[in-house]
Amino acid sequence: MGKPHQSRNKVLPGGAMLYSRSQMYRKRALYKRKKVGTKKVVQEIAKTIVKPVKGDKNGNQRVLPVQREPRYYPTEDTRRPLVNRKKQRPTKLRSSITPGTVLILLAGNHRGKRVVFLKQLASGLLLVTGPYKINGVPLRRVDQAYVIATKTKLDISGVKLPERLNDAYFKKPQVKRRKNQEMFEEEEKKTEASPEKKEDQAAVDSQVIAAVAKVDQMKPYLRAPFSLRKKQYPHAMAF
Amino acid sequence: MVFTRFVEIGRVVLVNTGPDAGKLCVIVDVIDQRRALVDGPSTNVKRQAMNFSNMSLTTFVLPKLAHSVHSKKVRQAFDSEKILEKWNETAWAKKLRTRTVRRNLTDFDRFKVKRAKQKKARLINGEVKKRRRASKQ
Repeated sequence: MGKPHQSRNKVLPGGAMLYSRSQMYRKRALYKRKKVGTKKVVQEIAKTIVKPVKGDKNGNQRVLPVQREPRYYPTEDTRRPLVNRKKQRPTKLRSSITPGTVLILLAGNHRGKRVVFLKQLASGLLLVTGPYKINGVPLRRVDQAYVIATKTKLDISGVKLPERLNDAYFKKPQVKRRKNQEMFEEEEKKTEASPEKKEDQAAVDSQVIAAVAKVDQMKPYLRAPFSLRKKQYPHAMAF
Repeated sequence: MVFTRFVEIGRVVLVNTGPDAGKLCVIVDVIDQRRALVDGPSTNVKRQAMNFSNMSLTTFVLPKLAHSVHSKKVRQAFDSEKILEKWNETAWAKKLRTRTVRRNLTDFDRFKVKRAKQKKARLINGEVKKRRRASKQ
């Protein structure tokens, strides 16, 4: 690789260019070359459509616009809001988080626990697992803001995740309230994981645990909760 | 208490702050009560005036170094005395090294250190208990 291309022209302090357009034309010897432009192919979009019409005296057919003109025009000019062309981009994953990274959860029921990152879901949330058998964290979604990424990484390249693990899978079913139910009356219900969730958990965990077993002391590490001791300042620490 | 380390020409010092922090250099000249001219050609420390408050005196002295000598002479003396090798073996340098190592430990490393410590304590405490019991009888 040579030097990156640099223009021979430059902006003078006053704001004008050092060489005029014609001077640059000469310098670059553009007169020797012929410009070959490519013609834009314009596709004709039909604006009208021919429709057959029944009846004797109707001329059999009629030319109709594809998109009808509006029937109603506002009498007064009103300001229309601009069209919002913004599209929500997928959440950027922190570069320190890759599949297999050990994360420390910072919020929620499982705060302080060390978990294994599996993949990022379409919503941008992180799919993690404890594994459940080791520290009680099931397959779960977490926001990357509530997580410390450690430098420790497990090799989970061989781990196959079930296809159905997506955002909809983790959505909680809405609780329907009966009309005659009292406001604060709560039905006592034991929440238990559905059989398919249990099945997925077992399928994922057996693979992740196999990866954990390959690293010395990794199992007790994942089992132990994270905590700070005296003179340990998280902003000054490496993870 | 008798002092043995003095500010003198040829004294090897450790830089404590600034971009050269952690490097060794040599006092070539004393400018005034606050500053010295230091030079560290073997350790990539530019010849410069440096505050005494920013350096620590080591036990090493380059013998018979004339004041304000050229960098070349300083390098010759520094290398022939093998200051860097001697320095790396001092307890001081080892302590600095372990400090940087400890600072850069990952979370998993800290956990391993913790377990190793627990293991060591268990061994020691077990032995202590055993001997105490033996001495009571």
